Amino acid sequence: MSLSFQFAHSLPEIIIALGALFLLMLGAFGAGKRDWIITEVAIVILGVALLSMFYPVDGKALVWNGAFVDDAFARFMKMLALGGALVSLVLSREFMAREEIDFFEFPVLILLATLGMSMLISANGLIALYVGLELMSLALYVIAAFHRDNLRASEAGLKYFALGALSSGMLLYGSSLIYGFTGTVNFPELAVALQGTPPLGAVFGLVFILAGLAFKMSMVPFHMWTPDVYEGAPTPVTAFFASAAKMAAVAITVRIVITAFPGIKLQWQQIVMFISILSMIVGAFGALWQTNIKRLMAYSSIGHMGFAMVGLAAGSENGVAGVLIYLAIYLVMTLGTFATILSMRVGNQYVENIGDLAGLSRNNGLMAFAVAMMMFSLSGIPPLAGFFAKYYVFAAAINAGLYWLAVIGMLASTVAAFYYLRVVKIVYFDPPARPFERAAIEVRGVMTICLIVVVIFGAIASPLVDAAGAAARSLVWY
Amino acid sequence: MFGFGILSGLIILPLVGAAFILLLRGESEAVLRNVRWTALLTTIITFLLSLYAWSLFDTHSADFQLVEQKAWLGSGIIYKLGVDGIAMPFVLLTTLLMPICILASWESITTRVKEYMVAFLVLETLMIGVFCALDLVLFYLFFEAGLIPMFLIIGVWGGKNRIYASFKFFLYTLLGSLLMLLAIMAMYGVAGTTDIVTLLKTSFPSSMQKWLWLAFFASFAVKMPMWPVHTWLPDAHVEAPTAGSVILAGILLKMGGYGFIRFSLPMFPEASQYFAPLVWTLSIIAIVYTSLVALVQEDMKKLIAYSSVAHMGFVTMGLFAMNAQGVQGAVFQMVSHGLVSGALFLCVGVVYDRLHTREISAYGGIVKNMPMYAFVMMLFTMANVGLPGTSGFVGEFLTLAGAFRANTWVAFFATTGVILSAGYALYLYRRVIFGVLDKPAVAAMKDLSAREIICLAPLLVLTIYYGIHPGPILEACAPAVDLLIKNYQTAIAAAKTAAVALH
Repeated sequence: MSLSFQFAHSLPEIIIALGALFLLMLGAFGAGKRDWIITEVAIVILGVALLSMFYPVDGKALVWNGAFVDDAFARFMKMLALGGALVSLVLSREFMAREEIDFFEFPVLILLATLGMSMLISANGLIALYVGLELMSLALYVIAAFHRDNLRASEAGLKYFALGALSSGMLLYGSSLIYGFTGTVNFPELAVALQGTPPLGAVFGLVFILAGLAFKMSMVPFHMWTPDVYEGAPTPVTAFFASAAKMAAVAITVRIVITAFPGIKLQWQQIVMFISILSMIVGAFGALWQTNIKRLMAYSSIGHMGFAMVGLAAGSENGVAGVLIYLAIYLVMTLGTFATILSMRVGNQYVENIGDLAGLSRNNGLMAFAVAMMMFSLSGIPPLAGFFAKYYVFAAAINAGLYWLAVIGMLASTVAAFYYLRVVKIVYFDPPARPFERAAIEVRGVMTICLIVVVIFGAIASPLVDAAGAAARSLVWY
Repeated sequence: MFGFGILSGLIILPLVGAAFILLLRGESEAVLRNVRWTALLTTIITFLLSLYAWSLFDTHSADFQLVEQKAWLGSGIIYKLGVDGIAMPFVLLTTLLMPICILASWESITTRVKEYMVAFLVLETLMIGVFCALDLVLFYLFFEAGLIPMFLIIGVWGGKNRIYASFKFFLYTLLGSLLMLLAIMAMYGVAGTTDIVTLLKTSFPSSMQKWLWLAFFASFAVKMPMWPVHTWLPDAHVEAPTAGSVILAGILLKMGGYGFIRFSLPMFPEASQYFAPLVWTLSIIAIVYTSLVALVQEDMKKLIAYSSVAHMGFVTMGLFAMNAQGVQGAVFQMVSHGLVSGALFLCVGVVYDRLHTREISAYGGIVKNMPMYAFVMMLFTMANVGLPGTSGFVGEFLTLAGAFRANTWVAFFATTGVILSAGYALYLYRRVIFGVLDKPAVAAMKDLSAREIICLAPLLVLTIYYGIHPGPILEACAPAVDLLIKNYQTAIAAAKTAAVALH
């Protein structure tokens, strides 16, 4: 296996890694304390990495001694994660400058976190998984507390770090159990080792690993950090957490249970169903009376991870494809919503209360329409994108015979519809509050593009559905 | 055009009008006039196009006509449209009521006119889509998407308690629909397609049919609405603006009945037979109970809303009688109710625009200063009661005849509803139109304006015309209904034979 072959299959990672180091040098020696073109260059680097994935490579490849896998699934998920990171950076420019925290470390840390995500998505063994996860997490801990003079941001960073370290510990403990009972850390070899009746220790290991990953996906009962961190962190960071970080965490969860643990499917299906049901319920009820829109989005994201996991619980090829479609749509909806949150500025002050949106439809018709469509889409009303997301995961669950899971999911989504409607009500039915300042062009651009995609998704969905199907097939069913 | 047919044209046209309205800038009086005229012209052109579609429609065939099909989403979901004799009347009803709704909102809507017209045009697209869709997921898409514009119409332009009403409307309907969505997925799992034409020929296992039937029932019963899930309707009607009430009573309620005919009866025949007594019971309770509730209402719109629930009871009763009279009567009753209740809500709107209250006690004696209004109101009240010579009679008579053939007791109890409806309708009429004209504000009200006459005249003519000559609607749906009943009986017979063979 030639070196160039290995490089070709990990091109995005190499571009991001070199780019991050270059920017670090540029920031440390060239630009001084404040960022002036670092963010822009970081955006370009992510864009190039994203484009490099369209470089035609054939099929599935194992590189770097089998620790790293490059297949259609990895490419699909990396495009989502990198896309999320790129848009989060675009959204961050104005906010960071106005809050006067536009230090050059921020884009560098985003790049490093994205590198971690990318490695996580391609991880083909427990060690690669841990390396990717920690690279991602360490960068995330820092940027959660990036607004270091702000009490809430520091609290968010500390909370996230303490709980994150605990979850990493659980993951490591689970990995060591798995290694101890099977003698391997490589996913395909694990699948071979865990056929027939599994050793009890391996099942314990599975539980610990899934608990650690559930923390990263912010799924119940490991979701406690989410509302506080979402609220406390600077808004672009929250957007990054809700978009790119979620993509990577779900991707590795799907990959590990499908490729490493097909032999103990019954066991992990139960766990996935359990956390999925709990997440849907907590997400729906927790958000009901929130007044802060970022906290609302935190509970919303908990609920949505629950819905996405419905597809994984089905454990079928259709289910995995459903999860992928769900994530792609969720990414667009989340970024669109955060673009509108980042447009909520009165004078020089960013505001976060849902009440601040009151009567938006009188002051800013386009933004009001965008908020309303994002909310309807998040609650899964056709013909918006969110409906198709739900359709594919629930169809997979029904076909796998998981009727109760599907019915509970539907009941939860009716409850969830209530709080999304509440936002629409505030925007459209209430008398106007203070008007918002005009947001920067790139923020409005992201909002408009997400809005268009969400509204006409039904007409353009076909290629995405096909790509998700191919990605799901590449995972095991080749 | 581009391989799309006339039905796609019907669906796209209102959207084009809506897009055009969005392009108009400014809030000046001239712009608002343009907005109103654009909306009106769009709906009129759509109506003319639907008449053209009607002229192409062959009423002797039971097949789906004007069919068009395109590949859409990878796994079996297709874009397929078509109409048969059951769907066609509803498409025409929709396109007819829309220009009337726009006209009815001409002066009463003064805030956010642009958004209002856009919401109505989008709603028209979705309603036509519901009746034309020949793919189950496509149907669901249109069916459910209608919630968004209606939620906004009630919530933005509604009355005092609009927010409560809009939430109740949305969440009630959503919960029912989501269960139906699960059933659609399960059907896709069995049949491997969501093409309605194929699904009509698929026979689902008996045990599965009951669950699927219940899931569809959850959605359609809420939409109809049937007792006891009807409570959202009076609230929504009372708070909605006049045109919103017209659309709600005229079209949206009919989607439930249409769903029963299109899906529940032909696709789950065994379950339909099994659950028919349940539907009959609920229908009778709806007819008798909601008529009694209507009798004590103090609010005009609420009274008509309860009477709608009662009339929909006749529809469900006729449908599950499963004979030619019952089903044809149900279709006729739905079309007739669309005309009559729509007109009644318009009549309430007329006096509401003048006095800004719907309290019955605020009126009285207006026959003296509004003779024309009194005449129109009387005709529609009589049609609502089901007086022979109006379209209301034909529907009620046929559904009762159908129910009588299936089960005499059902027909017996339902007939008491006819008497009760005469009670509450005439009582309403007496209190509003007759009596002493002692309130100065009421005495100052002017009779119908030219615009209001234009709104009400077509409905009046059609109500009388179909009352005397119900042929056009009955003949149009007859072949499709016959086919439906034939297939139903074959399926029931096959199930019986299979059950006997097992023993």
